[in-house]
Amino acid sequence: MVQHSSPAARRLRTLAIAPLIGLLAACNQAVLNPAGDVARQQRDIIYISTGLMLLIIVPVMILIVVFAWRYRQGKGGTYDPEFDHSTTLELVIWSAPLLIIIMLGALTWSSTHLLDPFRPLDRVASGQEASAPNTPPLRVQVVALDWKWLFIYPEQGIASVNELVLPVNRQVRFDITSSNMMNTFYAPTMAGMIYAMPGMQSTLHAVLNRPVESEGFSANYSGAGFSDMRFRLYGVQEPRFEQWVEQARQSGQVLDGPSYRRLVQPSERVPAMRFAGVRSDLFQRIVERCVEPGTPCMSELMRHGQSGGHTMTPRGGSLPQGDRPEGGAIDPSRETGTRPVPGTPVRQPGVIAPNAEHDKDLGNTPEAGSPPPAEPQA
Amino acid sequence: MFDQSLAAMIFGRLSWESIPIHEPILLGTFIVVALLGAGIVAAVTKFGLWGWLWREWFTSVDHKKIGIMYMILGIIMLLRGFADALMMRAQQAMAFGGNDGFLPAHHYDQIFSAHGTIMIFFVAIPLVVGIINYVMPLQIGARDVAFPFLNNLSFWLTVAGAVLVMISLFVGEFSTGGWLNYVPVTNLENSPGTGPDYYLWALQIAGVGTTLSAINMVVTIIKMRAPGMTMMKMPVFCWTALCSNVLAIAIFPILTGAFALLMLDRYIGTNFFTNDLGGNPMMYWNLVWIWGHPEVYVLILPVFGIYSEITSTFSGKRLFGYSSMVYATVVITILSYLVWLHHFFTMGSGASVNSFFGIATMVISIPTGAKIFNWLFTMYRGSIRFDLPMMWVVAFMLTFVVGGMTGVLLAVPPADFVLHNSLFLVAHFHNVIIGGVVFGLFAGMVYWFPKAFGFHLDPWWGKVGFWGWVIGYWVAWTPIYVVGLMGTTRRVRHFDDPTMQIWFVIAAIGALIILVGILGFVMSIVMGVVKRDQLRDTTGDPWNGRTLEWSTSSPPPAYNFAFTPVVHDLDAWYDMKSRGHRRPETGYKPIHMPRNTGAGVILAALSMALGFAMVWYIWWLAALSFLGLVVVGIGHTFNYNRDYFVDPADVEQHEREYDAVLAAGA
Repeated sequence: MVQHSSPAARRLRTLAIAPLIGLLAACNQAVLNPAGDVARQQRDIIYISTGLMLLIIVPVMILIVVFAWRYRQGKGGTYDPEFDHSTTLELVIWSAPLLIIIMLGALTWSSTHLLDPFRPLDRVASGQEASAPNTPPLRVQVVALDWKWLFIYPEQGIASVNELVLPVNRQVRFDITSSNMMNTFYAPTMAGMIYAMPGMQSTLHAVLNRPVESEGFSANYSGAGFSDMRFRLYGVQEPRFEQWVEQARQSGQVLDGPSYRRLVQPSERVPAMRFAGVRSDLFQRIVERCVEPGTPCMSELMRHGQSGGHTMTPRGGSLPQGDRPEGGAIDPSRETGTRPVPGTPVRQPGVIAPNAEHDKDLGNTPEAGSPPPAEPQA
Repeated sequence: MFDQSLAAMIFGRLSWESIPIHEPILLGTFIVVALLGAGIVAAVTKFGLWGWLWREWFTSVDHKKIGIMYMILGIIMLLRGFADALMMRAQQAMAFGGNDGFLPAHHYDQIFSAHGTIMIFFVAIPLVVGIINYVMPLQIGARDVAFPFLNNLSFWLTVAGAVLVMISLFVGEFSTGGWLNYVPVTNLENSPGTGPDYYLWALQIAGVGTTLSAINMVVTIIKMRAPGMTMMKMPVFCWTALCSNVLAIAIFPILTGAFALLMLDRYIGTNFFTNDLGGNPMMYWNLVWIWGHPEVYVLILPVFGIYSEITSTFSGKRLFGYSSMVYATVVITILSYLVWLHHFFTMGSGASVNSFFGIATMVISIPTGAKIFNWLFTMYRGSIRFDLPMMWVVAFMLTFVVGGMTGVLLAVPPADFVLHNSLFLVAHFHNVIIGGVVFGLFAGMVYWFPKAFGFHLDPWWGKVGFWGWVIGYWVAWTPIYVVGLMGTTRRVRHFDDPTMQIWFVIAAIGALIILVGILGFVMSIVMGVVKRDQLRDTTGDPWNGRTLEWSTSSPPPAYNFAFTPVVHDLDAWYDMKSRGHRRPETGYKPIHMPRNTGAGVILAALSMALGFAMVWYIWWLAALSFLGLVVVGIGHTFNYNRDYFVDPADVEQHEREYDAVLAAGA
């Protein structure tokens, strides 16, 4: 049974047209026309990598169509049934992709290091030096809750929910954690994403280069309210930013222990909220999972473990985030243990220079009483 | 109160509320499934086929029958998994702005988790294992696999897992943690229901089956090749089956361990993956992805082998670069073990770690590219017959390279920071799974169906299936690449941006075109059966094949080969044909064959009871089934009646009959 039509040629036409139309439509969107320098560099890497690979892929696809067409049975192509080996061809077949991968690999190494989210920005925009020595980055602490986003501005002493306002052309350093689920903190127009993880702290450096109104969301499924877990992102000029901070200071509510505990309760499609004040160690306590009074902070537990203490359990039998549900087979709520040894030494906070080694660890903040460095990842 | 605790003791946490009669979609599905099931049971009873089914199929240890049963399981589960896909496409096409769609979060989240779980564990794995089961022993000139009973057991354990997942649709709920049952979503505190438990027990049971099957295949390939068939004279499909199963042996214990730790967390209150008391969810992610990435290579490698067999057969040429195909397969096997972190570049491992895994991922594209080139140069100066299997090969080549390209793109960490978990990623892996694994499975099914059943699949309906799948794939998934590049994330059931809706509508239309493809394939089976006399294969070698399976009748006798073939060259059957091979006429000997056994079915049924009992906290049933497993398992080892010998007279009779068929067809 000989197939007369060429399936390949028709397919190639469909292939060529569809993505082009798609790309045109996507042109004005956040990923391909971002407002942030980091996101722009990442988009450029997408373009360069795709271009490099098309150098191989396009000829291969053409060859597939040509060979499938030319060597159909009975259509006159040379038939050489013994042709099954050629050292020259093998060398080409292995080295051409190898060369492309070497180039891509070099691009990968350099761009991964330059665009490491933990690394403070070298530049605010292309051709413009980052203002590292003179203007320290704006600090924003991010907590992924179920299912909304909490933003704490520690230097301004305010907080907001589902509303992230940033001054343009100023580097921002985000310290990110989560209350319960693993989420990713992602504002496509600004920068790439990084995981927000309970009990851990990740870091992202980013900048917005032009005024913009956009959105951000979580890119890791985290439960029933995940689909609507979005925040508004506003890039504004510096005076407008100060104005917004003032407005937050007039909002009347304060983010302290009890109001945070209310906020942490699961809720969906939460409208934007602002807080006039924030308890100063709230973020630290969220990371260390000791917001509830009477629960020991993780650094305390780890210090106790390091000094050879006994198995740590919460004092008084209360668990860090409320009562545990009963396990299937065994009820875990009956636990006993010893108290942490008082007077164990506290690690002194170090100086955080822009390229300091331990700036790349999770879990290191310049607040007093820093926890020990987090365990090695992966 | 006494009544309440008595009910709890008997039924665990199972109650009337566990049955979702208030969900119209589930109720409707249940009614349809129940009617279909009742209809099948009635038909089988009416035609008195239970005995035949039990003797000839369920208790069979014949690799050919087990292979066919795996394929049937895979195809049935494909229909279920695709139904989930249609529902997801429909929801995403409508749920914009004020329209919330028809699937609430709780339902939608189970659907996407079930879709992925079913497609990987109960469609792709059974179909791949089924084809390897059927073809590989024939290709190496063996009569069966190394451990025939284990083969049967592996199949039924997989069925037990599949049945548990299907039960979760109607009794209780399924996991909402995605196809890998992610923590912290599936920690006891966040998901106290039955969902993750169903997932864990179904996959632990099926996982035991897959691990045993992998061991079986590796031993078979290494120990049971025909005399003269050195490793480098083995068909490429057997090489890929070997590497795939070696990889499976290396990784499934890790998944078993990870799931066991999560089970301990959920049942006994340990803290491996919790947020507090020393737990670390990141560890779970690492463990499941150390399994998860090599797993996709477990799936694709045998399919690459299928493509190699089909390309060389339908080009009328030996495969180009056999040695380099073998080396490429081995290199891919080893490398696939070293790249798992690319599934979570964004978890903050630091630049050097990310770069290592990114570059390692890219390096895999080199041997993969070498394979594509080798197929290309097999076609070069060949005499290509575009029968349906070869059409699938060309569709695969054009589709898969795009998926490979997007994969290498995602392997660049800064690009992944933007595209992680986006619909671009979802489009990428569907590109390589559909364009790679699914197209190859269809190619293999069309290619080997005549061997297995003695007649072809209906070619016209087969082409309907082909075009439905190929056009449907491109229409369904190109828009998903587009919305991924627009920054849309996955597992979302509701969107606010109305400009994206058109893309999801196109994708939904594409899914409907794929539905046409699936129906076309099903019809090709139905019409093949209806028209089997016209489509009959009497030659045993309908495609002018090159490997040993084509030297047998279609279908082969239970013992495969009357005489174990002696192999002199690669493409053994082609070699035999060109040397003027003639079928032997005398000298038949008794053939040693393994006996059927029901122990596999019973053990799997007990495992299913154990799984169900553990999900619902029915401790007495769990204890009883576990005890039953131990007793039946040990008891079976005392069964010494494992084998029999085929009478040479019967062998001779079959061979003479087949001689007559061949002569009549010539």
